[in-house]
Amino acid sequence: MAKKVSEYVIEACIKLSGLVVIIFVVSIFLFLLKDSLSLFGVHSVRDFLFGTRWLPISEPPKFGVIPLFLGSLYVTLGAIILCVPVGIGAAMFIAEVAPQYLKNILKSLIEILAAIPSVVLGFIGIVWLGPFLRETLGLKTGMCGLTGSLLLAFMALPTVISISEDAIISVPKTYREAAFGLGATRWQTLWRIILPASSSGIIAAVMLGIGRVIGETMVVMMVTGNSPVIPKSLLLPLRTLTATVAGEMGETVSGSEHYFALFAVGLILFIITFIINLIADVCLRRARK
Amino acid sequence: MILRVAIIICLSFALAGCSEDVDPNEPTGFIQVKGSDTIVNAAQKISEEFMKEYPHVFVAVTGGGSGVGIASLINKNCDVATASREMKPKEIEIALARGVTPKEFTVAYDGVAVIVNENNPIDKLAIEDLHNIFTGKATNWRQFGGKDLGILILSREVSSGTHIYFKEEVVQLGKKGSTEEFSEQTLLLSSSQAIVEEVAANEAAIGYLGMGYVSERTKALMIGKDDVACLPDVDNVRQKKYPLSRPLYFYTNGEPEGVTKLIMDFTLGPKGQQQFIETGFVPTGETVGKEG
Repeated sequence: MAKKVSEYVIEACIKLSGLVVIIFVVSIFLFLLKDSLSLFGVHSVRDFLFGTRWLPISEPPKFGVIPLFLGSLYVTLGAIILCVPVGIGAAMFIAEVAPQYLKNILKSLIEILAAIPSVVLGFIGIVWLGPFLRETLGLKTGMCGLTGSLLLAFMALPTVISISEDAIISVPKTYREAAFGLGATRWQTLWRIILPASSSGIIAAVMLGIGRVIGETMVVMMVTGNSPVIPKSLLLPLRTLTATVAGEMGETVSGSEHYFALFAVGLILFIITFIINLIADVCLRRARK
Repeated sequence: MILRVAIIICLSFALAGCSEDVDPNEPTGFIQVKGSDTIVNAAQKISEEFMKEYPHVFVAVTGGGSGVGIASLINKNCDVATASREMKPKEIEIALARGVTPKEFTVAYDGVAVIVNENNPIDKLAIEDLHNIFTGKATNWRQFGGKDLGILILSREVSSGTHIYFKEEVVQLGKKGSTEEFSEQTLLLSSSQAIVEEVAANEAAIGYLGMGYVSERTKALMIGKDDVACLPDVDNVRQKKYPLSRPLYFYTNGEPEGVTKLIMDFTLGPKGQQQFIETGFVPTGETVGKEG
């Protein structure tokens, strides 16, 4: 009898912890939605979504989110283009090629990579990577989108590598045996059989990498220069959604128009990451089938 | 066993807090000072000296920008807000609506220095030149007799009081109702130190900051108005010769009381003023705050 009761209690607790997560997500969304909608009482939705200037403290203020959205998009695309080939290559090497001892070393190094605080990377960006890029590429300033993309690529690598590696490892052994049996070389097996077979998992890895990059704040705030201008190239300064919220939140009086505008920016970020995670989830599910 | 150890550890923490005997006449408490990045070093030094004098009062100092300090005064998150600009009428209105009556104290004077790289041959610029640079009308150092090099404009974030002061005095040339903005190409950096780093490393850069941040790694320009140009230093700011001079403020909610009054008196007294001198600012003669 006592056992039954305790089992019931434990079951209820576990159920509750599951529900808590759902409640949190839903209430965060509602909270963001409520405060963002307050903005649209005084500021038109069109000016917010399609406005091309972000001038929060001018009279009258302009809250056009386009420069910030494009800033985030550019930095994220740059980071993903840099990080995906390296990440998948590293995952292939670790999963299929590397000898056991090297595998262990690499895996623990990647874990350390994931543990570097972003503010440290930002600092490296300011004092070393920025000036280095400025001198080698002859830029006006090293505080530009590319510096941010490089550092973010570095930050997303651990996510991309470990999830891709899992996907590659989970390809059934029979596939490899069949390929070798037909006389395929190791490279042919890896490139034509294993990679396509694990593609869903790899797409999920890329998506989660994007999610990691787009939400990152500290690094981009420190190294991208934060000019709220529509970026014409990755080699120019730009301002991301996250850096805007972080840089301006402290000075807004709660309940002011600027405050609500930052919540609306937060809502956009939330929707973007939600969609990305959803795609990643669908891909992971397909990979498991 | 583990439980017992845990209890002992917890108890020892709890007891450590009350092991000291405090004289009941000794002031105790906690003061949160928040705001201007320009004054944060001075405020930090004041709080350290203050805590030497009153060891049972704990003072926490944070920067972030004048806007951050004023916002947290209005949101009742700090006891003293430091600011390098006056509160805007709109902010005072919001504050009053929330039951906060900001009281203003002028604690020191500061000059906003304009800094360039040491290898930049230019030594002085007129206010109008600065206006043209920071609004993006002039884009090359050659136009001012310098090298043929594009100008890189550095600014603080919008939460900075110095940003707002500079916008009003230079970008909009002090004209009320002007709608001129910083050039779109302006980089918004999150701290004065970041501006120093970029100017020290980049020959094309120009930036502005409180004169307490001027270091040997960068070059402060002489700023000219009406044919007289001078450097941002203590004497020129004191005699109001330097055109970009401004007061620095502390704000409290209503007439300061208790420990907040202690730190305000300390700040305006000789020891507090000495800290401003040591961090590169100009002390104020007055000790009575004016109504904000």
